[in-house]
Amino acid sequence: MTAPMLELRGIRKNFGALLVTDDVSLTIPRNELHAMIGPNGAGKTTLIHQISGLLSSNSGQIFLNGEDITALDLPQRARKGIVRSFQITSILPHFSTLENVALAVQARSGSSFRFFGRADHEAALNEAALTALAEVGLPDRANLRAGLLSHGEKRQLELAIALAAQPSVLLLDEPLAGTGPEESAILIELLRRLKGRLTIVLIEHDMEAVFSLADRISVLVYGKIIATGTPQAIRDNPDVRTAYLGEETV
Amino acid sequence: MIMRREILPLSIFGALAVLPLLGSFGSDAFILSIVARVMIFAIAALSLDLILGYGALVSFGHAAFLGIGAYAVGILSAHGIREAAIQIPVALFVSALFALVTGAISLRTKGIYFIMITLAFGQMAYFFGVSLAAYGGDDGMTLPGRSLFFGYDIAASERAFYFLVFAFLVVVYAACRTLVISRFGRVIRGARENAQRMEAIGFSLFSYQLTIYVIAGTLCGLAGFLLANQTEFVSPAYMTWQRSGELIVMVLLGGLGSLNGAILGAAAFLLLEEGLSHLTEYWKLYFGPFLVLVVLFARGGLMGGFKRLTGTGDGR
Amino acid sequence: MSLTLLYVQTLNGLQLGVLLFLIAAGLTLVFGVMDFVNLAHGVQYMIGAYLAAMFTALTGNFFFGLALALPCALLFGLLLEFFIFRHLYARDHLDQVLATFGIILTLNQAVKVIWGAAPLSVPIPEIFSGSVVLMPGLLYPVWRLVIIASGLAIALLLGLLVTKTRIGMLVRAGATNAPMVSALGVDIGRLFMIVFGFGAMLAGFAGAMVAPILSVEPGMGDNLLILTFVVIVIGGIGSIRGAFIAALLVGLVDTLGRSFGPSILRAFLDPAAASQTGRALAPMLIYILMAAVLFFRPAGLFPAKK
Repeated sequence: MTAPMLELRGIRKNFGALLVTDDVSLTIPRNELHAMIGPNGAGKTTLIHQISGLLSSNSGQIFLNGEDITALDLPQRARKGIVRSFQITSILPHFSTLENVALAVQARSGSSFRFFGRADHEAALNEAALTALAEVGLPDRANLRAGLLSHGEKRQLELAIALAAQPSVLLLDEPLAGTGPEESAILIELLRRLKGRLTIVLIEHDMEAVFSLADRISVLVYGKIIATGTPQAIRDNPDVRTAYLGEETV
Repeated sequence: MIMRREILPLSIFGALAVLPLLGSFGSDAFILSIVARVMIFAIAALSLDLILGYGALVSFGHAAFLGIGAYAVGILSAHGIREAAIQIPVALFVSALFALVTGAISLRTKGIYFIMITLAFGQMAYFFGVSLAAYGGDDGMTLPGRSLFFGYDIAASERAFYFLVFAFLVVVYAACRTLVISRFGRVIRGARENAQRMEAIGFSLFSYQLTIYVIAGTLCGLAGFLLANQTEFVSPAYMTWQRSGELIVMVLLGGLGSLNGAILGAAAFLLLEEGLSHLTEYWKLYFGPFLVLVVLFARGGLMGGFKRLTGTGDGR
Repeated sequence: MSLTLLYVQTLNGLQLGVLLFLIAAGLTLVFGVMDFVNLAHGVQYMIGAYLAAMFTALTGNFFFGLALALPCALLFGLLLEFFIFRHLYARDHLDQVLATFGIILTLNQAVKVIWGAAPLSVPIPEIFSGSVVLMPGLLYPVWRLVIIASGLAIALLLGLLVTKTRIGMLVRAGATNAPMVSALGVDIGRLFMIVFGFGAMLAGFAGAMVAPILSVEPGMGDNLLILTFVVIVIGGIGSIRGAFIAALLVGLVDTLGRSFGPSILRAFLDPAAASQTGRALAPMLIYILMAAVLFFRPAGLFPAKK
């Protein structure tokens, strides 16, 4: 019996008296694209923080491919293959677009305790970086200073960095937020290409994208998962309709 | 293309190399010793810039390493060991050890707390020096002479010493340049820009920061060795928090995160100090406001101003 | 090791602690509310001492001197805030360190120019001069007791101000979350000025009070400044209560450590080694204390911002 790729058991998180994550348990099989939806403030981003290791949970455990990673911190989990993108774009604005991605490649290609040689001239790193940039649709912006990119292009870069870090589990926190229709289409196409090739946890508000891409969807409300299932099952679920749409007169 | 970016360092080192050959001006022992002092502090400023400018780690105890290097010379000389081939490795080793231990503790903190802990360690080094009654304590200790290099008393000549210091500066500068563009340097520079991003792609920053902290401390210990030789005097005054503050000022004056800037900053600080103190006893009265004005109006220090004047792009 | 010496040094430690509190209170609030690293705070203390010395000499009476020195110290602080510090609030800590470092250099020099480099002396006011018998065999200077008493009184007053008044509440809120307070419509600029001015006056008061027993000289604030930073880091930035407890702790540890350290060590080491180690360790004690506190509580004992 192969272990699920990602398993959450009884994850709880509170900030003082405020319970943000309420006993969340979830099993995600290998290469599934699992979307997480829910009203604003439901705690989706906080959950991603806990899976990636940015925040530690008050109780509960997280398993990656059967291995208990609860005690590992953010960089350690990233090295194990759990890579995230951020809801609020987090890049290195003074570095070039290419170098932003090359650094992610560097993180996974051998030791960075090398004190000689020009890092920005390493062909292998740059090639891999350029490939990632091409996947997200930014190859011609490679030499531009990342801070000068448009907001939508920065979201694309955010995704390229995550891809270049060789994830086995990709955690995407609203990757489409702030992108225009063209960039959005490119990213959705990319996600469709990635689908089935690696495990993806996707937080998104764009329902069309979610329902067309996801294998399964979980609905998070007030820190609790109220439903998990296929897109169709979720669409038909009365609790979900109430949570999202309020009282429905059917 | 490349040459244009190298004009500044080539000019600086060219000027420094040529100075002693400039007739009577260049032979003046006083001039040579001032410029040697500038070069020694340039090494110290370069080392601080590695962690302050490139690493964004504000260390307020960096002068401790000047003291460690100096006392290595002083204590060994007091016991009859005047050979640089022994003194330098000792100075470097003790500096590295001190940096390793204090860095491992300090780097667990951030922000103002990091500043305070490094200050605390600097103070501890200072008080330790003061307590060394056998080696002069508070008053310090005069050295029997400059260090011997493989038995030869070459450093006794002001001009020879000058070139010795120059050689060390060139080596340190080259080492820093190499370091900063290497894979390791890129991680450090990335961490300065966005530490969370770096961690999210898998870099455990602590070990990188500790490494550069040790490198910086070791290089500053070398500066301490040279300083003791230059003044032929060793004293806890090399390690005061005011001295650590002055090192920070030198780096900031030159422009944070710029190796050329560190040299220029050290030069500007010391030459201003020297020049102004000849004009008036109250030179600090003018130097103080100068610093305030630099902060308020000349962002990026001297290198920032230089870049704005020449319209150079955002080179690194 | 006589008990009398222990009592005397404990009182001295309290006096140092109270002094540190007066200076630290302003500094911790300025740092907590405005996120401003003010290296020049020690200069406020020095200015207070010099002003007290000058006005006492002019009027012939310490209390008149104090009454004149305090508003002048306040005015001076406000001028510094208005012309220089105000422009630095938005800058990062390094810029603030550099600029305030420059101010220390300037003012230490200016004081030398105006009053000369030789230390000034201020006579202790008649009614508080001399010593009082606290216990059989225990003689203690009255003026030092006055310092301790006034410091404790001010601590109490500050505590009440900060917890029971509206302005105190605003200050506490500002120390916890200044942008939020501003967003709620409070004139944050005026709040900053009040906090700054008050802190400057406290520091000046401390300087004035010690003028009769310490030498009033250029740079007298510098080393005290470092001790003050240690205090606010141990106490927790932005907390008056933390500053009070930490100040007393630091004052006592430093004073008692210096007096009794070598003697305690003599129980374990031979006299020469004890003396050497004692002399090395004693001044380091408060830094070791700070490192230890930060190890267990990385944000100090009572931080305003969690």
